[in-house]
Amino acid sequence: MDLKEIIKPENLVYKRTECLTDKTLSYCPGCGHGTVHRLVMETVDELGIQSDVIGVASVGCSVLAYDFMDIDMTQSPHGRATAVATGIKRCWPDKFVFTYQGDGDLAAIGTGETIHACNRGENITIIFINNGIYGMTGGQMAPTTLLGMKSSTTPYGREVELMGNPIKITELVAQLAGTYFVSRQSVHTPGNVRKAKKAIKTAFENQKLKKGLSLVEIVSNCNSGWKMTPVESNKWMEENMFPFYPLGDIKVEGQLVQK
Amino acid sequence: MNEEIIIAGFGGQGVLSMGKILAYSGIMQNLEVSWMPSYGPEMRGGTANVTVILSDDRISSPILNTFDSGIILNQQSLDKFECKIKPGGLLLYDTNGITRHPSRTDLQIFQIEAASEAARIDNQKVFNMIVLGAYLKLKDFLELKYVVQGLEKSLPKRYHHLIDSNAEALKTGMELVKPYKN
Amino acid sequence: MGELKLMKGNEAIAEAAIRAGADAYFGYPITPQSEVMEYLAAQQPHKRTGMVLLQAESEIAAINMVYGAASTGKKTMTSSSSPGISLKMEGISYLAGAELPALIVNVVRGGPGLGTIQPSQSDYFQATKGGGHGDYRLLVLAPASVQEMSDFVKLGFELAFKYRNPVMILSDGIIGQMMEKVELFDPIPRKTEINEPWALTGKSSDRKKRVVTSLDLDPYGNEKHNHELQRKYKEMEENEVRFEEIDCSDAEYLMVAYGSSARICQKAIKLARLKGIKVGLLRPITLFPFPTKQLYSYTNRIKGILSVELNTGQMIEDIRLAVNGKLPVEHFGRCGGVVHSPEEVLAAFEKIIMK
Ligand SMILES: Cc1ncc(C[n+]2csc(CCOP(=O)(O)OP(=O)(O)O)c2C)c(N)n1
Ligand code: SF4
Repeated sequence: MDLKEIIKPENLVYKRTECLTDKTLSYCPGCGHGTVHRLVMETVDELGIQSDVIGVASVGCSVLAYDFMDIDMTQSPHGRATAVATGIKRCWPDKFVFTYQGDGDLAAIGTGETIHACNRGENITIIFINNGIYGMTGGQMAPTTLLGMKSSTTPYGREVELMGNPIKITELVAQLAGTYFVSRQSVHTPGNVRKAKKAIKTAFENQKLKKGLSLVEIVSNCNSGWKMTPVESNKWMEENMFPFYPLGDIKVEGQLVQK
Repeated sequence: MNEEIIIAGFGGQGVLSMGKILAYSGIMQNLEVSWMPSYGPEMRGGTANVTVILSDDRISSPILNTFDSGIILNQQSLDKFECKIKPGGLLLYDTNGITRHPSRTDLQIFQIEAASEAARIDNQKVFNMIVLGAYLKLKDFLELKYVVQGLEKSLPKRYHHLIDSNAEALKTGMELVKPYKN
Repeated sequence: MGELKLMKGNEAIAEAAIRAGADAYFGYPITPQSEVMEYLAAQQPHKRTGMVLLQAESEIAAINMVYGAASTGKKTMTSSSSPGISLKMEGISYLAGAELPALIVNVVRGGPGLGTIQPSQSDYFQATKGGGHGDYRLLVLAPASVQEMSDFVKLGFELAFKYRNPVMILSDGIIGQMMEKVELFDPIPRKTEINEPWALTGKSSDRKKRVVTSLDLDPYGNEKHNHELQRKYKEMEENEVRFEEIDCSDAEYLMVAYGSSARICQKAIKLARLKGIKVGLLRPITLFPFPTKQLYSYTNRIKGILSVELNTGQMIEDIRLAVNGKLPVEHFGRCGGVVHSPEEVLAAFEKIIMK
C-alpha cells in the first residue's frame, strides 16, 4: 500500500480533535492536562457548540489553554475563574461557559469564588484538575497535597500540625444547593478516560437545563512536580491519591449519590 | 438669594427628610439646591445633621463652617452649632429636652414646641413638619404651595395619603413659633 | 431639557448606569457608596433594560465578573470605596493589560487601612499612577457635582470603549452622599449586537477564534504590548484633557483642586475676591490625562499656586511637574476624613502663598 492509499478517510482510526489547535502542547510529557484538554474539546465538537462556547483559562500550568483550544477564551487572574465565568454567563445565559482550573487556583486562592459560584448555582461547568501540587510554580504544597506528601514547601512531607489537612473541595461543594452535577474522575487509563469523557459531556449538556453548576474533578498526575516518571506517577496516584480522593459521581441531577 | 441652613438633631427625628423637603421645594421654585448629610454609624440613634443650601446662583461649597440659619432639635446640636450661625442669623430650636438655652445676643432666636405639639395631637410623624412650618413663617422666600409640591416629590407614592396631615402640620408650626429673648 | 431630579451622587451613578445602557453591574457593599447597588436593586434593572445586577461575594469577585463580562464586549461596571478598590486593583491591572473597557467608580474614604468612612481624596496616586501592578494608566474622571456623577457614567463608558481601557470615576464621600439637582440624560438603549472585533462571542466558522489575555511570556512581545499601551495613553493626553477655569482671566494666583475640594475652593476664591485678592480656580476634570499644558501656560502670568486636596499632598506632584520649577507650588489640605472649610482654605492660602 502506498501512502495515498493509507491516508484515505475510510482508513482513519484516530485524528486530531477539530476544536484543538495545531499548537504543540506545552505540558510535560506524561501530564494529564493534555488528555483533559482533548476531552473538553471533543465534547465541544460532539455537541456542535464551538460557536456558542466561551472558555475561561486560569493561572497554573494550564494558563495557556487558550493556545490549544480553538474557541473564544479569556484568561482570568489567579483564583478568579468562576467569578469571570459568572460575569460572562450572566450576560450570555445561552452560551456554554466553562472554567479550567488547577487545585491551587480553585481550592486555595480562589476558594471564595468557587464556593459562591457553586452556591449561587451559576449555570457553568468547572473542569478542576487536582494534581495535589502547584505545578507551574515548581512543585509547592497545594491545599490538596496529601498528608506525608513531599513538595518543595513541605520537603519532609505535609504534617497536620504544621500545614493542616488536605481539603476535599469537591465533596464540600457537592453539599451546596447550587451544584447539580459533581463527579470525580481520572484520565490515567483508557477506561478512566472514557468515564471522564462521559462526565465532562454531562457537565456541558447540563448547562442547557439551567439547573445549576456542574463540576468535574480530574485527579491527575504531576510527574514533574512529584519528581517521578509518568508511569511511576500514575501508580503512585492509584495507591495514594485515589484512597483519599475516591473516583465516581458524587452528585447527580442535584441528588447526592449514596455510597 | 442665598440661604445656608444647618438642621441638626437626633437620628430618627426626621432631620434628613426635612432637609430633603426643603431642597425639593427649592427645585420647585427654580432655585439651585444642595443637601449634604452627616453620614455613617453616628446616625444610628446618635446625632444627625444636614446642610441645605438654596440659591439663585450655582452653589459652590456644599460643606460649610458658618450658616445663615440653624434649625436645632436637641441639646448636643445646640451646643455644637450655636456658635456657627452668622451674626444676625436665625436660630430656631425646639425647647423639648433643652436645659441650656441659647446665649448669643447677636442672633434672631425663635422657639417652636413641636415635640409637645406632636405628642398632644398624637402624631409623632409630623414633628419635623411642624418645625419646618415654623421656619417657613420666619423666612418668606419659599411659598407654601411649592413646599407642598416638594413634599409630594420627596414622599414615595404609597405615602401620598399623608400629605394633607403634613400640610396641616406646616400651618400649625407657622402658628406656634414664638420669639425667644435671653 | 432632560428630566430634573433631586438625587444623591451615588444614586445618580446608578440611574445613569441604567440610562447609559449598561449591560451589567457587579458590586459589594461598602460605605460611603452602598447606595449605588441599593438604588439599582430597587430599580430592578433586569426589568427596566435587561441589565444584569449581581451582589458578589467580595470586591475581588466583583471586578472579575466585570472582567468576564467585558471580555464579551459588554458595557460593564462596578463601584466601591477605597479599601474595596485596593482589592480590585489586581483585576483592574488585568483589565488594562487585556485592553478591556470597563467603568470603575471609587467613592473615596479616608485611609490607610480601614481608615474612616468620611470623605477623602487620598486615593489620587492609586487612581492616576496605575494602582495595581504593571505600567498602565486608567483614564480618571473627577466629578465635582451630582450632575457630573451622572454625566461621567455616560462619558466614562464612551471613553472606555474608544480606548479599550478601564475608566475610573474618582469621587468621594461628599459627592457620593450629597443631593443636588440633576438633569438626567435620555436613556440610550442597550447594545443589541456586539460588533467589537476582539469580543468573545463564540467562534463561528467564518472567523478565527479570539483570545482575551494579558499574558505574553515572550518579553519582547510583552515590551511591544507595553509600547502599544503607552501610545494609547499618549493619545489620551492629546485628546481627552478636560478642566474648568473659574475667575482665572485676571488671576494673580491660582488654586488647583478637583472634585469636592474644588467645590470648597470655589467658595474660598469668592471670599478671597471680597477681600480684593485676585485668585482663580483651575479644576482638573480628568486627573489622567492631567491638564499639564494648561497649567504650564500660567507660568509667566501668575505668582504662585496652592494645591488644595483632601490629603497630605498627592496631586501637587503633577502640578509641580507641569510648571517645571517656574512657579512656587504649595499644598494645603485636611486629611484622613476631615474636610477643610472655605475659610480654612483662604486662611491657608494667605499664609502659605501670599506670605
Ligand atoms: C496572585 C497570584 N499569586 C501567585 C501566583 C503564582 N502562581 C502561578 S500558578 C500558581 C499555582 C497554580 O497551581 P494549580 O492551580 O494547582 O495549577 P497547576 O499548575 O498545578 O496546574 C501560583 C501560586 C499568581 N500568578 N498570582
Ligand atoms: S508541571 Fe505538572 S501539572 Fe504542570 S505540565 Fe508538568 S506535569 Fe503537568
